[in-house]
Amino acid sequence: MKKEDLPQDDSPLKKMTRELLYVKDENGKYTTDLSTGWEVKKKALENAWDEIKERSEEARIAVKNGEKSPICYFMEIKLMDVMILSAYTNFWGFTIKRHMKPKVFKELSDKKLNRYAKAFEISLEDLKKFKG
Amino acid sequence: MKKEFKHIQAAHCENGVGVSLLKYHGLEFVTEPLIFGMGSGLLYLHLPLIKINNGPFITFRTMPGKIFSTASKSMGIKVSRTKFGSEVKAMNFLDKKVKEGVPVGCQVGVFNLPYFPPEYRFHFNAHNLIVYGKENGNYLVSDPVMETVTTLSEEDMIKVRFAKGPLAPRGQLYFPENVHQIDTETIRNGIIKGIKRTNLMMLDAPGGIIGVNGIKYTARQIQKWRDKMGPRKAALYLGQIVRMQEEIGTGGGGFRFIYAAFLEQAAAYVKNDSLLEISEEFTKSGDLWRESAIQMGRIYKGRINNEQADFEVCSDLLMRISDLEKQAFLKLRKLKLK
Repeated sequence: MKKEDLPQDDSPLKKMTRELLYVKDENGKYTTDLSTGWEVKKKALENAWDEIKERSEEARIAVKNGEKSPICYFMEIKLMDVMILSAYTNFWGFTIKRHMKPKVFKELSDKKLNRYAKAFEISLEDLKKFKG
Repeated sequence: MKKEFKHIQAAHCENGVGVSLLKYHGLEFVTEPLIFGMGSGLLYLHLPLIKINNGPFITFRTMPGKIFSTASKSMGIKVSRTKFGSEVKAMNFLDKKVKEGVPVGCQVGVFNLPYFPPEYRFHFNAHNLIVYGKENGNYLVSDPVMETVTTLSEEDMIKVRFAKGPLAPRGQLYFPENVHQIDTETIRNGIIKGIKRTNLMMLDAPGGIIGVNGIKYTARQIQKWRDKMGPRKAALYLGQIVRMQEEIGTGGGGFRFIYAAFLEQAAAYVKNDSLLEISEEFTKSGDLWRESAIQMGRIYKGRINNEQADFEVCSDLLMRISDLEKQAFLKLRKLKLK
C-alpha cells in the first residue's frame, strides 16, 4: 500500500487514537503513517454490533416470554458466551445452561446469583427483577 | 538515576511493547518489523469448528506472547514472565517493579479498558501495554497502539489484568532481564532463523489449515458459507475475517505489510538484495488482502442482498493470495540463507 492510498475515513477509533500502518513512501521504501480509519472495516465492526444488538433483543424477548432466565440476556449484552461466563462465575458450562431455565433460576440461592451479578457488574436486585 | 521512558507507537501491541522495552534498555537498532520478523510473527491459521464471537476462528499471527519471546531469545535476551493466582500478589509485584523504576509489559483484556472506545471493547484478552510509573495512585501507561501515553486507575488495572475467558492474562507481567549490546552478526543470524521458522510454518505445516494451505482452506469454505448458513450469516463471517485482518494492531493487510517492511530491513543486515524483491511480493500480497477486504465489504454492506457469485470472487482472491505467498516463500527458501 502506498502512503497516498492510506484511507483517512471516519471511525469510532477517532475517540481514542489514530492507528499506525506500514506503507510505502514515494521512493518505494517502507515507512509508517497514521490513519483515522477505513470505511471497509468500520462497516464490519458496525455489522458485528448490529448482530450483538439483535441477539440481545432476542434474549430480552425470550426472558419476557418466560423462555429464558435473565442470565441469558445479561450474558448477551455483556458480549459473553457460555465459556466466558463460566470463566467469570466458576460455574460449569452445563450448569450455566441449566440456570438459563426460568424455573431453575427462580430456585437459585442469593449466593449463586451473586456470582452472576458480579460477573455482569450489576446488583443482585437488578438481576433478580429483570423481566425483559 | 532513573532513565526516562519514551513512548513509541506501533502497529501491533506486542511488537510495540518489545520495541519500547528493548530501546529503553539501550538497544537502539530495534524496530517493530525486526521484532516481528525475528519473532516469526507472521502466520495464517483457520481453526475449523471453533467459533470466536460467533464467527470463524482465523488469525494472521502466531500465539500471543510468542513474538517477543522468540525475538528476544534469538538475541540472547531473557524475558522474565510471571503469572499470578492472586490479584493482591499481582498488584504488589507490579508496584514493586514501578518502585524499582523498571518498565514492564502487562497482558490485559480490553473489555474493561476505559480508554478504548466502547465499540472496540470485546472480550479480547491478548492486548499488551507497558506500565512505566505511578502518580497519585494512577498507573502511567504506554499502550503501543496509541499516539500518546495514558493512565489507568488501580481498580481498572486489576480488572484488565484479571480479565477472564480464552487467553486470560492471569496478571501476566514481563520484562527483559539481561539486556546487553547485540552485535550485527547476532541480528543477522536471528533474522535468518526467523525467516526459516516462518517459512516452515507457512509452507510445510501439516493439516491443511495453516499457512498457504490454510488460506486455500478458507477460500474453499467461503464458497460454501452462503448455501450452508444463508446470506446474512455468511456476510457476517466475512466481516469477521476483515476485522481479524485489518483492525487496529495488524499494520494493514493481515500483518503482510509489516512483514514486507521486515524483509526490506533484513536485506541490509543479510546483504542480499533478493530479499528486497521478495519484500515486494509480500507488499503485493498485503495489497491483495486489502482488495479482498473491499470485496468482502461490498458483500456485508448489503447484508442479505448478496449473490453466490460475490462469494466466488472473494474465494478466487484468496486462492490467488495463497499462490502468491507460496511462490514468495519458495523464493525465500531458494536463497538458502546461512
